[in-house]
Amino acid sequence: MKEKMKEKILSAIDKNSKLTAKDLAAMLGSSKEEVAAIIKELEEETIICGYPTLINWDKTESEKVTALIEVKVTPQRGQGFDKIAERIYKFDEVETVYLMSGGFDLTVIIEGKSMREVANFVSSKLAPMEAVLSTATHFVLKKYKEHGLPLVHETSDERMLITP
Amino acid sequence: MRNPLSKTVVDIQPSGIRKFFDIVSDMKNAISLGVGEPDFDTPWHIREEGIYSLERGRTFYTSNAGLKDLKIQICNYLKRRLELHYNPALEIVVTIGGSEAIDIALRAMLDIGDEVLIPQPSYVSYLPCVTLAGGKPVIIELKAKDQFRLTKEELLDAVTDKTKVLILPFPNNPTGAIMEYDDLADIVKIVEEKDIFVISDEIYSELTYGTKHVSIAEFPGMKERTILINGFSKSYAMTGWRLGYAAGPENIIEQMIKIHQFAIMCAPTTSQYAAIEALKNGDSDVEMMRDAYDQRRRFLVHALREMGLDCFEPYGAFYVFPCIKSLGMTSDEFATALLKEEKVAVVPGTAFGDCGEGFLRISYAYSIENLKVALERMERFVKKHKGQPPVH
Repeated sequence: MKEKMKEKILSAIDKNSKLTAKDLAAMLGSSKEEVAAIIKELEEETIICGYPTLINWDKTESEKVTALIEVKVTPQRGQGFDKIAERIYKFDEVETVYLMSGGFDLTVIIEGKSMREVANFVSSKLAPMEAVLSTATHFVLKKYKEHGLPLVHETSDERMLITP
Repeated sequence: MRNPLSKTVVDIQPSGIRKFFDIVSDMKNAISLGVGEPDFDTPWHIREEGIYSLERGRTFYTSNAGLKDLKIQICNYLKRRLELHYNPALEIVVTIGGSEAIDIALRAMLDIGDEVLIPQPSYVSYLPCVTLAGGKPVIIELKAKDQFRLTKEELLDAVTDKTKVLILPFPNNPTGAIMEYDDLADIVKIVEEKDIFVISDEIYSELTYGTKHVSIAEFPGMKERTILINGFSKSYAMTGWRLGYAAGPENIIEQMIKIHQFAIMCAPTTSQYAAIEALKNGDSDVEMMRDAYDQRRRFLVHALREMGLDCFEPYGAFYVFPCIKSLGMTSDEFATALLKEEKVAVVPGTAFGDCGEGFLRISYAYSIENLKVALERMERFVKKHKGQPPVH
């Protein structure tokens, strides 16, 4: 029962973290207190790891460059890929790190102010690491959709105001 | 010059919704909770299939009753969801929305003077369609105390020797009421005893909350006397595609196809191809939308009750039907004042029959954010007119 409520809360706030405990309680047929307690628990279990905002930076004045880097590494004895992944994700520039199956090992997504900053990071920080065998850097040209939400403005409600 | 108009048509009352629509359209920045269609776009894989059919040049008429593949998929669906077995070649007609199916079912079954029982509050087109088919509409007024379900007593009171058809509009627009197995069992007995036929408008069948939809056609002996009407508008968010269907006994469907053939020819070809995809691969879309509606439904009922409005819990469609009698206004007065003072549009219950007086239809085919803003405004309005201190 509680597990089910956890699932329901998570799917509801997955796309909209602005929903309050009161809203969620009404939507899911629970009490404000129960929802608040479950959310607290989910935060403590680090199932909920944060509440970032999805921003389309392209529409702002600020300059940002995103790059996706394919990284091949040598796994370390006893540690597998975790140790090297950690060494990489600890850099502030790094947004995302995934362990991959297939042609390379790690996907590293980094964000910088300029191409030069990204290039600098790759050549001076990432590539020289002992476990890193090779890198291939791809710059993102335009973002269309993130976290299941389109970044391009979709059309507004085109329905007539009153229909039977 | 002679009067060019038909007296029958002129005498038909225009829809009460129309009047309200005209007022709302003139108002800037109005928030509407007045629509009777989903806010979701048609799922992309369904739209894409429609586009593909156009690319392939599938732009011709289909056979009158509809594409064979679509009819097979419809039968598979009815078997999968309701355990009903229809013959795709003889017992299905694909129509332009559920609306056309209602119209041609009535026209196929009625002679002049035949009585048709119409439970109200209900969808606006049953009554005029009966009149246009030469039948005599007989209204059954449903009650809030019965959660707007049809009871056997009400049905018995309305039946006469001339009663031929009962329209069964559940899950219901505008009340959100449903008929469960036991409710239907009571009705079935009377329908059989009095030898009545049923037009069961199940367009909202996929939108029930907490309990699975039951069709009256599932009862033994009822498939032979039921025209089951459904479509793609509500379950797959495909209102603009204009596609529905009727399933029923061969002798009735055959005559319906005749009318359909002369009046319509066939349902839109592009829509039919898209609908095949919807039935084949759309179950998860339906589930996603149902879950979203369910959350909004709870949210809305909760908020309306917090405002102090009586609101029975609706288990179907995407409407709630709160009672506003405690404010001492008619539905029309309430809706007009709410629009004027707070710019929120809802539909007066009276648009769906006289017995809708004292009620409003509020649609939850809107995002939670949208509902929140509208409900805040509505709460302010209710507080003001009740002259009571804030609840919270």
